[in-house]
Amino acid sequence: MTGQAASPATPRQASRRQGLSWQVVAGLPTLVILLSVPAWRSSGDQQLLTQLLTLLALAEVWNLLAGFGGLISIGLQAFIGLGAYGLYVASDLVGLEPVVALPLVTVVIGGAALVSALFVFRLSGGYFAVGTWVVAEVVRLIVSNISAVGAGTGVSIQSLAQFGPAGRISLTYWLAVVVGAGSVALVGAVMRSRLGLALRATRDGEVAAAILGVDVFRTKLIVYVLAAAVSAAAGAVIYMSLLRIQPNAAFSVDWTARMIFVVMIGGLGSVEGPILGTVIYVAMHQWLGDFDTAYLILLGAIAIGFTIASPGGLWGLLARLIPPLRRRHFNVDLSAVGPAQTEAIK
Amino acid sequence: MSLLDVQAVDSFYDDLQALFSVNVTVDEGTVVAIIGANGSGKSTLLRVIAGLQPARSGQVRYDGVPLANLPAHERVARGIALVPEGRRIFPSLSVLENLKVGAYRRRPGPWTLDRVVDLFPLLRPLLARNAAVLSGGEQQALAIGRALMGNPRLLLLDEVSLGLAPTIVRQLYAGLPAIVSAGTTILLVEQSIDQALAAASGMYCLLEGRVALAGPPAGLTRDAISAAYFGI
Repeated sequence: MTGQAASPATPRQASRRQGLSWQVVAGLPTLVILLSVPAWRSSGDQQLLTQLLTLLALAEVWNLLAGFGGLISIGLQAFIGLGAYGLYVASDLVGLEPVVALPLVTVVIGGAALVSALFVFRLSGGYFAVGTWVVAEVVRLIVSNISAVGAGTGVSIQSLAQFGPAGRISLTYWLAVVVGAGSVALVGAVMRSRLGLALRATRDGEVAAAILGVDVFRTKLIVYVLAAAVSAAAGAVIYMSLLRIQPNAAFSVDWTARMIFVVMIGGLGSVEGPILGTVIYVAMHQWLGDFDTAYLILLGAIAIGFTIASPGGLWGLLARLIPPLRRRHFNVDLSAVGPAQTEAIK
Repeated sequence: MSLLDVQAVDSFYDDLQALFSVNVTVDEGTVVAIIGANGSGKSTLLRVIAGLQPARSGQVRYDGVPLANLPAHERVARGIALVPEGRRIFPSLSVLENLKVGAYRRRPGPWTLDRVVDLFPLLRPLLARNAAVLSGGEQQALAIGRALMGNPRLLLLDEVSLGLAPTIVRQLYAGLPAIVSAGTTILLVEQSIDQALAAASGMYCLLEGRVALAGPPAGLTRDAISAAYFGI
């Protein structure tokens, strides 16, 4: 840090240098290993990882809204379900390649989120939370009445049959890697940008942010649309894995319960926390899921325990113990402040 | 031409009228003080100028242009910055991040992080600190510095001295000449009049939402000011 301050650097250069942090150093090999998994692991393992990576994407964007933006949504399942049905419509009914359909659905559902934003952003706090749920329920009811997509009974995605069972699972897995890793990169990039700083300022005080020039509505709208688009992509990939889409499951509030649990135990308001939380959740589900009621009680107890003992989740706990993990989100160009201040910042 | 021209502004909180046909003029490069008792409409007037509160009738002209319904964040882009009552620091952000939010609009001008920290040296050792742990005086310095980061042409200061020790208030007021000489015009609101009138070349006294007295402080007697202030 001190060496950096000594050499004159433009803010852009400085932030780029900081960008090559341990996150990138650790992230790139992880990504390579993840992409190679179909070569050396079974289909069952790939499906488990698909589940993990899509849940990671959902947790990351829920955390973007709630942890960084203070926008508690309990309605992202609207976009998960729409992503799933969107993929069915684009690939099975229209006949697009699934790989083409996925990005298209992501963009279109992101656009649909703009429409729902006009409704939900009239509300704030708890009303916003309930409003997002209402939107999700309305969407579920509408979809349950459209016979072209199987109404209440749902539909099965056929378009992936062309790849064969093993090919389908690997393709779905790779797309899950793109969505999961992409969501981490996206949230990380947002939180390092001006938009991320504006978002955290907005969370702390909307009036204070506005009188410093932040367009509060636009800031919230951008992250809401990003969260919806990623949820749609995750929903599409989840149902490429499950194949059978039913409205009551696809639009279930259980998705949000999972996101909240993962973020609460992993770490609200950190990019890394949801990664830890997702791994813990999937591992517990894998090993303890058979215990049914006892398992659910345990999940609840753990969530309560973290809320009381460590509101920053597991990541917050680790960051307290290991100082280098404590990193501010917005890249501050220390070279512009001068050595005296840099010392203070350490 | 004056930088700010508030013309016959009426403003309401629902049915309650807070401002009655208020006229205020601020020339570029000056410091103007608005004084008045609690509830006299001082903060409401600043909120109207900053775009946080609508004027039901009358208009606010800035640099010759009526601001109409321009939202607050757009006014910042045009150079109007408000340091709000109660300071409204972002508590979960560091001091440095608070200052960076002030520069969000990237308005060009003389104020940089370095210059703001030079103006309020007490902020220097605190930059990495969480803003929530700052004392009231430090928070007020941060709030003013944060507004300066946006390179405002017109700086609105709402009750800078509120709840602060006299020494820190003197320190903050000592910074005003440097702000004006960098090209920023200041309109400040105060309940405690001594400090404000010493710093200002123009003065308006509000009483129950109306301008009760206006003019350069030097030309006004103490008695005239207290009569307008208390309405007796």
